[in-house]
Amino acid sequence: MANLNPFVWWKRFLALPNDNLTKTFAFAFLVALIASVFVSLSAVLLKPYYEANLKAERQEQMARMVSLLPGMADLLAEAGTDGLDVQIIDLKTGAFVPGIDPAEFDQRAAAKDPKTSTTLLSEVDVAGIKQRADFAPVYILRRKGVLELVVLPVRGVGYQSMLYAYLALKPDGITIAGLTVFEHGETPGIGARVENPDWRALWPGKLLADENGDIRISVVRGQATNPYEVDGISGATRTGNGVTNMLQFWLGNDGFGPFLDRLRAGGV
Amino acid sequence: MKATLDHLIAPLVRGNPVTLHILGICSALAVTTSLSTALTMSAALTFVLIPSSVAISAIRHHIPTSIRLIVQITIIASFVIVMDMFLKAFAFEMSKTLSVFVGLIVTNCLVLGRAEAFARHQPVWPSFLDALGNGLGYSLVLVIVGTIRELLGTGGLLGMPVLPLVENGGWFQPLSLMQLAPSAFFIVGFLVWVMRIWRTDQIEAPEFRILNKDEVGRQ
Repeated sequence: MANLNPFVWWKRFLALPNDNLTKTFAFAFLVALIASVFVSLSAVLLKPYYEANLKAERQEQMARMVSLLPGMADLLAEAGTDGLDVQIIDLKTGAFVPGIDPAEFDQRAAAKDPKTSTTLLSEVDVAGIKQRADFAPVYILRRKGVLELVVLPVRGVGYQSMLYAYLALKPDGITIAGLTVFEHGETPGIGARVENPDWRALWPGKLLADENGDIRISVVRGQATNPYEVDGISGATRTGNGVTNMLQFWLGNDGFGPFLDRLRAGGV
Repeated sequence: MKATLDHLIAPLVRGNPVTLHILGICSALAVTTSLSTALTMSAALTFVLIPSSVAISAIRHHIPTSIRLIVQITIIASFVIVMDMFLKAFAFEMSKTLSVFVGLIVTNCLVLGRAEAFARHQPVWPSFLDALGNGLGYSLVLVIVGTIRELLGTGGLLGMPVLPLVENGGWFQPLSLMQLAPSAFFIVGFLVWVMRIWRTDQIEAPEFRILNKDEVGRQ
């Protein structure tokens, strides 16, 4: 009668000579089994840490890239945020587009390529940009996991040049946290004062739309009289108009409008 | 007891695996450009060497002779993979600096050398001490080489400035040769030379004898 006690089998197995073929195969199998279980177990246990590290690294690279963008560093310093995320959105729907690496996405190049851009009809093209890329990056800043700022890249024609700016919004999607024009070719000393810190300081707290959702924000001549208005720069009326038109376009339905609707609905 | 402890102490200096057996040279060249990488590599190697030696020693009576090396390498490789993943999880920056060299501990002759020469024949406790001693001996050489290379190559240690650099108005001009692999050869060679001046019994008999001028052609 065969003995079914596994310990006896195990002892008999160990007692086999080391050059026995069965023992060699069984031993190889056991070593491989134990080693693979050990390796897979550690892989599963350590994976979350590794992925967190990868994510942190990617974010750090993104932060470095964004802080290299002119003007953005000031916004970040003012906001004092810790988590920064760049997402690509589809301007038509306002939805995030997964599968595009924000580090690879070049909005200016995309705007020149007919395949990735839309030609604007003159009646909607108040900002004078002619071609608009279908996708746009948005910069989402969080502090301790709470949405803190949404930064939108905008551009539009001023008096004699294209203005490139970042518009930072509070999470309500209405209140402006800042506007930084980081690239332009406006008249030095006049229109070029759009990058003046004193003028930039007028923007935080302004409201871009009223209760009905109409875009009201504008740069006015002279003094502002309500929260939708920003003091104009004397002598630079047309640059101010350019800023107004730029915001009218980018906050409207052909710009970030659909995205802002999502933001206000809390879907970001 | 003294004999057991000797397993731990002997490989530190006298029987140092790098200077006596010239084992583990590859990583000693590659990861010693700075002290911090040398320290991490030392720790990684020691923590691979100890469990592999212990595991191999524990099953030494039953390792089939025909697949002995495969079994040993499998065990070592498992510990190396786990160590690599561990570094990626908890010392991410460092694992990027060490890159492939942690994985290459598998092929580090030191680990297999100790398994073959020692753990395969000895009980668990002496194997543990031997692995620890060899790990520390290897670490000692790596730390010496890493210190010299970082100090002379960059003027700092562990990333902190030590010597005043010329570019900052000091007197020290970094030797960029020290940051290149050949400098590690020089330093390891120098250490081997110093060891053999001190312990002449470690000098190997020459494998060849150079003939005199009048001996040439007569044989």
